[in-house]
Amino acid sequence: MTAMEFSARPPRRGINLEKWGWIYMRASGVVLIVLIFGHLFMNLMVGDGVKAIDFGFVGGKWADPFWQWWDVLMLWLALIHGANGMRTIVNDYTNPGVVQKVLKGALFAAAAALIVLGTLVVFTFEPCPVGAPADLLPSFCAA
Amino acid sequence: MPETSAGTLTAPAKPARQKPGGTLYRGREGMWSWVLHRITGVAIFFFLLVHILDTALVRVSPEAYNAVIGTYQTPIMGLGEVALVGAIVFHAFNGLRIILVDFWAWATRHQKLLFWIVVGLWVVTMLAFTPRHLINVFSH
Repeated sequence: MTAMEFSARPPRRGINLEKWGWIYMRASGVVLIVLIFGHLFMNLMVGDGVKAIDFGFVGGKWADPFWQWWDVLMLWLALIHGANGMRTIVNDYTNPGVVQKVLKGALFAAAAALIVLGTLVVFTFEPCPVGAPADLLPSFCAA
Repeated sequence: MPETSAGTLTAPAKPARQKPGGTLYRGREGMWSWVLHRITGVAIFFFLLVHILDTALVRVSPEAYNAVIGTYQTPIMGLGEVALVGAIVFHAFNGLRIILVDFWAWATRHQKLLFWIVVGLWVVTMLAFTPRHLINVFSH
């Protein structure tokens, strides 16, 4: 093969999405370690752990914008990281075709729907719903 | 010298133990690291889908959320949470190993050692988490 044959190959145009996907998995992975280890520590290790989690616990946490943003960032990074990882697996175990397209479409739809749902839930959350029993609500609702 | 080495090449006294496909990768630390990263990744992904849906119940009513989150506090789910955290912790530490292997030549050469460091850190982390979590689950 001559040098000319090499250079005859057309140069790749635009951005290399696979490269950015590769970078994203590593960058988001490092951030997710901090976010998820913090999440697990706050919800499973502190106090009574999993036994303490109820509506009032979530209400108390999301009263602070810090935890709202913590959880939303975790939601976006984790779902995109997870869906992209699943896409890699689909690429590995299926051939190009209808099945592969359907699987990737399902991954995209699930990730997009849950990102929208989760973001709306965190930011439209009502910690003191009218008519709910007071003993189920965060303590600050009584005031 | 050349004669002896040639001799061992053409007529080995004992046939060398069969190794698959001319690779040192298969069946070794690198393969298990890859397999476990896949399995834990898929498991965590499906848990994440469920976990977002159950948390979304806070938008329905306090009763609906408490009913579902209550099932996370049963003994069987408590043991499942140990498995979940075990999967997350392995995926986290092995992910850092992958990054090191990608960007640092020393780590590429010592990826097998790094796998065992991941296993060691996983054991230490799980020793810190599991008793604490199981006491929470099985008491009160």
